[in-house]
Amino acid sequence: MAPALLFVGLFVMIPLGQLVAVSLTDRSLLGGDRFIGFTNYWRIWNDSNFWRALVFTAKYTLILTPILMVLGFLLALLTVENTSLKRVTRTIVFLPVVIGLPSSSLLWFWLLDEQVGLVNKLLVELHVIREPIVWFATAPLAFWAVVMSITWKVVGFGMVLFIAGIQSINPDILEAAVMDGAGYWSRVRLIILPLTRRVLLLTTLISAIGSMLAFDQFYIMTSGGPRGQTFTAVYWIYQNSFISFKLGYGAALSIVLTLIILFFSTMQIALTARSVET
Amino acid sequence: MTAAALTGEAERAIPAPRRGRATRGAYLVAAICVAVIAVMAAPMALSFLASIKTAADASAVPPHYLPQALSFENYAKVINFQAGLASYVGNSGLVALITIAACIALAAPAGYGLARFAMRGKEIAFLILLAPIMIPYQALLTPLYLDFARLGLVNTHLGLAIVHTILQLPFSVFLMRNSFESIPREIEEAAMVDGCSTWKRFTRIFLPLAVPAIVTVALFAFINSWNEFLAALIVMNRETSFTVPILLVSVQIGNHGAVDWGALQASVVISMIPCIAVYLALQRYYVSGLLSGAVK
Repeated sequence: MAPALLFVGLFVMIPLGQLVAVSLTDRSLLGGDRFIGFTNYWRIWNDSNFWRALVFTAKYTLILTPILMVLGFLLALLTVENTSLKRVTRTIVFLPVVIGLPSSSLLWFWLLDEQVGLVNKLLVELHVIREPIVWFATAPLAFWAVVMSITWKVVGFGMVLFIAGIQSINPDILEAAVMDGAGYWSRVRLIILPLTRRVLLLTTLISAIGSMLAFDQFYIMTSGGPRGQTFTAVYWIYQNSFISFKLGYGAALSIVLTLIILFFSTMQIALTARSVET
Repeated sequence: MTAAALTGEAERAIPAPRRGRATRGAYLVAAICVAVIAVMAAPMALSFLASIKTAADASAVPPHYLPQALSFENYAKVINFQAGLASYVGNSGLVALITIAACIALAAPAGYGLARFAMRGKEIAFLILLAPIMIPYQALLTPLYLDFARLGLVNTHLGLAIVHTILQLPFSVFLMRNSFESIPREIEEAAMVDGCSTWKRFTRIFLPLAVPAIVTVALFAFINSWNEFLAALIVMNRETSFTVPILLVSVQIGNHGAVDWGALQASVVISMIPCIAVYLALQRYYVSGLLSGAVK
């Protein structure tokens, strides 16, 4: 166990300490390493760009998470039995989960392009729209473009967890409900949903934490634009630390973000721990 | 909950409705399945089809769904892109290999210790090993970058692999611990009676029985390392040390402002193929790993 502890100590705990230390300085890659106390934190308080990025990230999380959970649950209901067609469906739905965010983001960046994109072509041919949409020209459209691509990319993750949750329900309970004349949707509402509550909650948390830390998809698809309206919290940290080289300030931002994430992940671990006991 | 749960029992999970209405319902469900498959598979299929168009066809406005003629022009371009595809794939592959090796070497003994030894502070050790879950690695990149700069680890495979190991270690430890815990104590006791030392018991009995967990650890380490973007962007900032995800955005940015769409989709396909291949080959491990990592 010692090597693993040493590794975590060296590359997680010490850097965490350094992060706190750097956040109290005006350190930058261009020089400067003065202790300035909590000045960086005071600047965060007044940094409207950071708050805008944080609100944007929260909005992204609050809109995306329910979409993922509802679609994931419906897909789980659709494919929970082990017929060969359903197994194939499951595999295909899950495939985008493994291909990686950079690939999927560039795939959709191409599909949604106003000139060469096939989504626009299809929508025009189906007479849904008259002219190609310039998806990345306005913040709301860019937002929905990313939401669409991420839904495609990760909906299978929730689905697989939900399938496992549904399959762990004692089949006798469901059979008894059928005997009592409960229809399909009332079985879903009265038995499946309550009995998979914990899995639903955990998946929601995991998914929400992932969204709060979103970076790749916005970096690749929108570059934070137009006019900085689609910067996420992590993107803003990256921008400050590694584009403007303000490492001290970036470190302070990182600490604020860590505290926010800590709140969610503590809940996740508490839930996980409780489930191990029962 | 293991992969077996996904294949056993399920037929009984939701009893099928009685016949009559049932057949129409079954057709409807099958139709929905086919529609879902079409929607989910289309982007990847179209990307592949675009990658084998001619370069001109891939950038045609308006675009075509299918290639007008078959061509490997786009792949040829990617192979010779900047430092060359071989260099990027080599970098990604090497980083992934180091990550896999580090995850197994660190997590297997740690999991064994957590599962089998009664000692003081075990709970605390476990919490420390899980701590990286609670601290987003994105936040650690600033101090890690400064440390790497001091240690000469910027633009090295080892440097990036360290970050990827931080990312994967909690999950790996968790998985190994669960796997070792599920090995019956009787087997271990029998070996003890036969005079096996602790180390021998670990290498001769536990490791072979934990092969599925080790495969799962390796699989996740590979896929996550191969696709990781932010740390690669920061740690690997020289053209010759770029990994595949960074190659992708370099192709996107292109040389003269205009995007080379054919080359872009060819590189997307190249980056997707290893992930899809290992996933399809080791699907069972992937699903069981996902379940025990997330739900248990």
